[in-house]
Amino acid sequence: MSRRTRLWLVAVSGTGLAALLVAACLELPPFGGSSHPYGERAVRAALARHTANTIASVNFDQRAYDTLGEMSILFAAVLGCVVLLRQARDEHRARPEPAEVDLPVRRYALIVLPVAVVGGLYVIAHGQLSPGGGFQGGVVAATALHLLYLGADYRALERVRPVGLFEVADSLAVSAYLVLGLAGVLAGTAFLANTLLPYGTFNTLSSGGNVPLLNAAIGMEVACAVVVLLARFLDQAVEIEQGNGKDDKDDKDDKESEKENGKENGA
Amino acid sequence: MTAVPHVLPYLVAVWVFLVGCYGLATSRNLIHAVGCLAVCQSATYVLLLAVGYRDGATAPVFSDIEPGSRPLVDPVVQALALTDVVVGATVTALLLALVLQVSKRHGTVDPDELSELRG
Amino acid sequence: MADAVIVVSLLLVAVTATAAVANRDPARQALVLSVLGLVLAVLFTVLQAPDVGLSQLAVGSALTPLLIMLSVRRVKRRGQPKDGGR
Repeated sequence: MSRRTRLWLVAVSGTGLAALLVAACLELPPFGGSSHPYGERAVRAALARHTANTIASVNFDQRAYDTLGEMSILFAAVLGCVVLLRQARDEHRARPEPAEVDLPVRRYALIVLPVAVVGGLYVIAHGQLSPGGGFQGGVVAATALHLLYLGADYRALERVRPVGLFEVADSLAVSAYLVLGLAGVLAGTAFLANTLLPYGTFNTLSSGGNVPLLNAAIGMEVACAVVVLLARFLDQAVEIEQGNGKDDKDDKDDKESEKENGKENGA
Repeated sequence: MTAVPHVLPYLVAVWVFLVGCYGLATSRNLIHAVGCLAVCQSATYVLLLAVGYRDGATAPVFSDIEPGSRPLVDPVVQALALTDVVVGATVTALLLALVLQVSKRHGTVDPDELSELRG
Repeated sequence: MADAVIVVSLLLVAVTATAAVANRDPARQALVLSVLGLVLAVLFTVLQAPDVGLSQLAVGSALTPLLIMLSVRRVKRRGQPKDGGR
């Protein structure tokens, strides 16, 4: 298909889609309306189970099975990235040089780093009480760790971040979620049913029954997943280099890798 | 009472989605296309949260308010959007990993050149 | 007052999303995407969804742009294998 016909196709189908979507919008319940039947029921159920943050209750109690699905997508995506971004046969690793960092940058990054990591862990731990939880806190803690790359250099980051360990921890977290779900079955109720633990005192750290445990499992999973993802991408961007091997794919690629080999030898 | 027109948030979601689709279709760089897909995704969050909003309501978190004292926004749609934000990011990462593989094997990230290669 | 903030942040989201698509250079697009993540976080907060705002802030304004930047760097490095840097 030529570029021109494709643009026409996009224009026509886009206009049609736009018309349908706008027509649908006009029929939606008006913005800010006061009828939220599901929301009200969710709030009531959360209060009955002593969970202060209704959203955590929806995620890890009322719709815990849905979260299991989301978690599987996350795990599969990370697994796919690890497989796709592994070191290929025609690539080699080049150790990056230690780099100089400006003093203010280094000082700032190293001061903020522990604060950000602890902040992330706090957000995970208080998921069932205040806004936050495993999903958000995991991302915060994991990205905070990479301030070390800004403040020091790549080697320092590699030293404090053994990727293999994080990969194992990622799988352990996924298994922990499943085991918590199965514990419900063994106790004689349903998979992932929140009946194992006492609901505790409202608005304390140990309230909500299963919710804090599932929340912690998700927090661990997300944090490890993000660390592993960033590690793979950093590997690709900083360490792994093309060349140093025979490439039997197609001509174009062969020529290019040869060119690059030549350049590298020249440099 | 409200100053927000009743359909404006929905229309913004539609606009963001369509703009993202346009970018996807006309992109000349696969990395740029992945970014456009992220824009499309954010349209769904805007739509979900707009559906759950209620005038004069507060967030459904009871750590500092008395239960039943104030109207609340819908927590169900928020939970849906919340998980999707994080999972969407890892899916973006998977797509970027695929783009890197394409760039390694074919030496280009322009979709037009790639379709010429395949014939 | 709150309504005015909602309208303004909605319009900002629309404008930033358009800018993110219109920027054809992926490295610049990553920067605009991080601004989009920030604006979306503000919108979600005024829509009384602090949980979603928090996760959008962490993901949209830090993680996704970072991943895009790293990919851009990897793709560009094919052309110039020794570009120094860290």
